[in-house]
Amino acid sequence: MQGGRQIGGVVLGMEGISLAFGGVRALQDVSFDVREHEVRAIIGPNGAGKSSMLNVINGVYHPQQGTVTFKGKKRRDVNTHEAAEQGIARTFQNIALFKGMSVLDNIMTGRNLRMKSGLLAQALRLPWAVREELQHREAVEQVIDFLEIQAYRKTPVGRLPYGLQKRVDLARALAMEPTLLLLDEPMAGMNVEEKQDMCRFILDVNDQFGTTIVLIEHDMGVVMDISDRVVVLDYGRKIGDGTPGEVRGNQAVIDAYLGVSH
Amino acid sequence: MSEGSLDTFPRLLLQHAAVRPNHPAIREKDLGIWQSWNWSRVSAEVRSLACGLAELGFRRGDSLAIIGDNRPRLYWAMTAAQCLGGTPVPMYQDAVAQELEYVLQDAGIRFAIAEDQEQVDKLIECRERTPGLEHIVYDDPRGLRHYTQPFVRSLDAVEELGRGARQSGFIDAEIEQGKSDDVAIMLYTSGTTGKPKGVCITHDALINAARGGCGFDQLTADDEILSYLPMAWVGDNLFSYAQSLVAGFTVNCPESGETVMTDMREIGPTYYFAPPRVFENLLTQVMIRIEDAGAIKRWMFHYFMEVARRCGAEILDGKSVGAGERLLYTLGNVFVYGPLRNVLGMSRVRVAYTAGAAIGPDLFRFYRSIGINLKQLYGSTETCAYVCLQQDGHIKLDTVGIPAPGVEVKIADSGEVLVKSGAMFKEYYKRPDATAETIDAEGYFHTGDAGFFDADGQLKIIDRAKDVGKMAQGAIFAPNYIENKLKFFSYIREAVAFGHGREMVCAFINIDIGAVGNWAERRNIPYSGYTDLAQKDEVYALVRECVEKANAELALDPALCDSQVHRFLILHKELDPDDDELTRTRKVRRSFIGEKYGVLIDALYSGKTSQFIETQVKFEDGRSGKVSADLRIEETRTYPPATAKKAA
Repeated sequence: MQGGRQIGGVVLGMEGISLAFGGVRALQDVSFDVREHEVRAIIGPNGAGKSSMLNVINGVYHPQQGTVTFKGKKRRDVNTHEAAEQGIARTFQNIALFKGMSVLDNIMTGRNLRMKSGLLAQALRLPWAVREELQHREAVEQVIDFLEIQAYRKTPVGRLPYGLQKRVDLARALAMEPTLLLLDEPMAGMNVEEKQDMCRFILDVNDQFGTTIVLIEHDMGVVMDISDRVVVLDYGRKIGDGTPGEVRGNQAVIDAYLGVSH
Repeated sequence: MSEGSLDTFPRLLLQHAAVRPNHPAIREKDLGIWQSWNWSRVSAEVRSLACGLAELGFRRGDSLAIIGDNRPRLYWAMTAAQCLGGTPVPMYQDAVAQELEYVLQDAGIRFAIAEDQEQVDKLIECRERTPGLEHIVYDDPRGLRHYTQPFVRSLDAVEELGRGARQSGFIDAEIEQGKSDDVAIMLYTSGTTGKPKGVCITHDALINAARGGCGFDQLTADDEILSYLPMAWVGDNLFSYAQSLVAGFTVNCPESGETVMTDMREIGPTYYFAPPRVFENLLTQVMIRIEDAGAIKRWMFHYFMEVARRCGAEILDGKSVGAGERLLYTLGNVFVYGPLRNVLGMSRVRVAYTAGAAIGPDLFRFYRSIGINLKQLYGSTETCAYVCLQQDGHIKLDTVGIPAPGVEVKIADSGEVLVKSGAMFKEYYKRPDATAETIDAEGYFHTGDAGFFDADGQLKIIDRAKDVGKMAQGAIFAPNYIENKLKFFSYIREAVAFGHGREMVCAFINIDIGAVGNWAERRNIPYSGYTDLAQKDEVYALVRECVEKANAELALDPALCDSQVHRFLILHKELDPDDDELTRTRKVRRSFIGEKYGVLIDALYSGKTSQFIETQVKFEDGRSGKVSADLRIEETRTYPPATAKKAA
């Protein structure tokens, strides 16, 4: 049921991106774009440069060459904070949550950027700070309801099973109300049922909020099922780009995944 | 209005809206906050819903399928259908499409109200083969935005339709036309045998049952109940619907199935109802957490639970107990029982009932001993769950109490319990043959349960009449009784005992994956899943210990001494309603299991030490697969009657 969603123009353009760490060339002249409201997957074997690409998008790494265009504006070496302010949120491969804090508090951190009242005002519980907190709490409750984690509000994240922690990680990212959501292996280490749930949530997010999604994933079944377009990386180069069907038939992609004799 | 004219549910609703308009009628937790609707708002909601349904073409005599978790709007839909002289037919929310299809076709249903996308999808699937289903209405719009089928619409849209189209007098006129002997609700029996039958219950019968119950336990508008049990179950209809509309008390709908424990703590219901398995699960969870607790807490728990076991139930019944014991119990109340009741969300519980299946005596004693006024009642869908109730202060562990006000109970020569009352179902829908079979010429309903009255006039139910058998040597064999003994152990989730016409009793066991899994983790026993864990040597030893304890207790009762379990095996899969092994209310379907696992039963009685089995299973996503395993069969120690005391 993806019929009602209108895929729009290009929201993120990556042009000739090259990134090197000393002698290691993580990305070499990679170009692709992401359109508004689409689910875009980045796939490739281990070490292909997928996570590096996400890190370039949200400003962790600054590419030596190439340009990033976001919402029509060329971006020059933004940092992560600025990327977040522009509406880019992400989840991490190795869950980045505060293990000792409750699910609710973790998700509240996702609202941090949008909070205006200062530390002192919040500590003193001044009326406007309280009012603001209530507003944010309501937004967080929407996300909790959406991802069906009502039963775990008060549970410390560290005590939750892995699949649920992944969901909380997604909840925290969603709480930012991003326009572009980056998901780094959202389904790694999950069982079949958890994967199905996660797929449904990703599609629902995309459908309900119109969020543009870029995801890295290893499970080919999942990628082919939920993404609109796929870009394939191998050794830092782009070797394929297109719809799941096109990519599946691409010889270079098959070789990269299955290996080829030289 | 006098009580006489309050003879249908819509009239009761109007009365509450007039008498206590601002009293909370129903609450639901949404987005983390309890939202409440008072009686006057509920009345308004029901009106617009009824108008909307009428606008869609719902007519007197139509049935309205209702499927979903306990949601305020689904309850309102029930009343709305009744306002229009129709019959709500609530269905089990976890039923698969074929089961729904059967009911939809049998009851000739044109209108269905579903909670969410999941249920809508099932109904759409049903509709392909059930063209009679004309309208599907949903409550929660999530994920349904792109459903373009013309027959699918939201409840909001239906209410909107109603608000615009009808005059307020229309509904009043419709309610005026309602009669007390109209069918108020139709419930499909879970059917331990054969296809489910639609039990038609009139307003009169259900209101009689509700009034009787409210009077018996002095329920008032100030009581609170948490309604989390399937709406398709007669218990929920009596407690959360009928009694609430009779007494005017507040119904609370939990946020989701998973949050029931938390929601219960927040609400603190005064009136609580749960089938034995819920009490069992709660106890299992408590036991798991205690085992994980520190040494001091563990010691305190075990010490004071021992005190409670000795005198707790007696203190609750107001019997005389020594001063020393009373002092210890008071201490225990401060340190253990009070906090435990709080954790269970039962601090304010004034009356708690259990029914639906026989409860293990030990389980029952546990709750009473920590000061929760847990009582048993006896009834079935056909009798509106209203036959026998236990009186405060006259609680026995193994009876279901005295006949409720207005109910006549007698025991047939065969030992079967017969019931006659004003709270009796009208008929099985379109099944006059089945109706004639269960209601005799004198108007007695044949319950199918075997039981007898004890010296105090309390009814004692042994088992289903058809399940009670005789062993080869002539001793009585009551499988349920044995199974309940086994199921009290937190490690055992389900048991099926065999012994009719045999020399000895043997049993299938399902371990409780939560409790045994936790136990295994603490002992560093690795396992990959249920099938693997079930066949571990250590687990077999654990279960054998439980079975032997049960044997020792059975040996104490001369009538049941022969029912000790001689051999058992642990099944390779959990018994599941999806595989038809249990009913939706989780009762064992004995004959079906007997056929399906025939080879295992043969192996139990042939002296083999293991048996290979392969079984088809249905997964939750609807696919099916196979589970196979080599099942071990173990012998257990049994006790002669004389030495049993020492061993126990």
